[in-house]
Amino acid sequence: MGAMAVHAVVSRQEPAAPTHSYWILLWTALAVSLGMSLLQRWSKGLRQWMGHMFPIIAAATVLLTLWAVITSGFRWLPLPYFPSPAGILQSMIEDRALLFDSTWHSLLLLICGYTLGVATALVTGVCIGWFDQARYWGMPALKLIGPIPATAWIPLAMVLSPSQMMSAVGLIALSVWFPVTMLTVSGIANTRASYLDVARTLGAGRSYLIFRVAVPAAMPSIFIGLFMGLGTSFLTLVVAETVGVRSGLGWYISWAQGWSEYGKVYAALIIMAAFFSTIITVLFKVRDRVLVWQKGVIKW
Amino acid sequence: MVTIAAPDAVREPSSLRARGVAKSFATPGDAAVRTQALSDASFAVEAGELVSIIGPSGCGKSTLLRLLAGLETLDAGELLVGTDPIAGPSAERGLVFQDPNLFPWLTVRGNIQAGLVARGVLHAKRREVDDFMRLVGLEGFANAYPHHLSGGMAQRVALARALINHPRVLFMDEPLGSLDTFTRMNLQDEVLRLWQLNRMTMLLVTHDIDEAIYMSDRILIMTPRPGRIDKTISVTLQRPRQRSSPEFFKLRGDILEHLHFAGKALAVEPT
Repeated sequence: MGAMAVHAVVSRQEPAAPTHSYWILLWTALAVSLGMSLLQRWSKGLRQWMGHMFPIIAAATVLLTLWAVITSGFRWLPLPYFPSPAGILQSMIEDRALLFDSTWHSLLLLICGYTLGVATALVTGVCIGWFDQARYWGMPALKLIGPIPATAWIPLAMVLSPSQMMSAVGLIALSVWFPVTMLTVSGIANTRASYLDVARTLGAGRSYLIFRVAVPAAMPSIFIGLFMGLGTSFLTLVVAETVGVRSGLGWYISWAQGWSEYGKVYAALIIMAAFFSTIITVLFKVRDRVLVWQKGVIKW
Repeated sequence: MVTIAAPDAVREPSSLRARGVAKSFATPGDAAVRTQALSDASFAVEAGELVSIIGPSGCGKSTLLRLLAGLETLDAGELLVGTDPIAGPSAERGLVFQDPNLFPWLTVRGNIQAGLVARGVLHAKRREVDDFMRLVGLEGFANAYPHHLSGGMAQRVALARALINHPRVLFMDEPLGSLDTFTRMNLQDEVLRLWQLNRMTMLLVTHDIDEAIYMSDRILIMTPRPGRIDKTISVTLQRPRQRSSPEFFKLRGDILEHLHFAGKALAVEPT
């Protein structure tokens, strides 16, 4: 409730922001907050949620307001590099079709590249981790090629692949492949010998040992690889879109910058933050599902 | 009392023969020096017998079990199950470790049926999973994960997991060693019940002299480094045995005395 009061005061205090849509946003936020504070009298769950979340929401609102005061209020920061929140919201709404399209293209590219990379990495990782022959021949290649940042391949990828889209997918896949392979290998190779012994005395053949013992035992390690791979895939995605592919959020940012439309740059950054953060959340949810058997896993 | 019905699944227990078994390992930290774990170990276990092996640590008891289970290969000698030499692990020879070694990614049910899945017979024998869960008293825990289980419960799951394959021989490597006294005594009765119910040969490695006397038909005493079978003691007491009967104490005294001399001989024997 204390947070609520602050929230309301800040929203009303909002000095500048002549733009229509920003007003609507603030009024909506205020209305929703007030509505919820009324509703919480009857709902215990909502009250707990609000008690937990409102300090952080209020802090975000304070920061937003501070930003508005500094930019459009006193104009301390030079334009066009630092637009006001109202300006950014305006750009977001005006350019929503293109932004939506860019996000969609980024998502598509990321899913293709990430899936391809993970699939390849799991195959190579299990092979190198399990079979001594594969480890002898595969490990040196992995050690040499793996550490090269995927983005360093851009010149080659552009020449070698038939389309920009395919080269980008390949680059993202490559950037995901290395960490996922590496951690799959170490997970498989570090499977507790006693689990394998037990399985053998239960009558297990090789495929059971690999897919029902070593792979599940390696899962915690594989997930670390998946998270690392996701991080590098974001980086590669944005770089690939900036220099090669003519679509997606990375391209949108450099394009908007070319026109000095910094409102749009910030708009794309905000969408990117939400976009990437959502994907990470999804991966965490998947991990929590797959690794229910582990105790004390980190919560996202 | 639960009975495991399926008559086709009931196998005859196997006898075991060891003749002049030897096994050495590379010494940790110095690969050039070989440690002789077993040397000229010989013994025989009749089909359906329950035999314990006791002896000081490092006498190669665990190595012997790993050889019998087929997880290691021998350097010299002969190991027979029935009339067949041991060539690799088999579902007919179960092994239960001191650490239950449950697969942490599988539920209790998943662990118990692991042997059926590994042999590709889960579909035909799914019903038995419930029988075995009831047999070891874990009906309510089918969907629990191993990290929720106490040590005693985890070892029950490990027992059920080994027994679901209806092994002809069950090897147990100090299976109750890490449990508290009361849980251990309960599980000793449980293991005896399972042994009588399932008709199998059982070879139990243990540190615990009382456990050996309470459970076995015969006790093999091993000497350390290099390990060999030093003495065999037959336990003829009527089951269920009284842990505090004079005969029990007499046997206990005999074994202690024997181990004591074995220990002394080790201390003065020059290497």
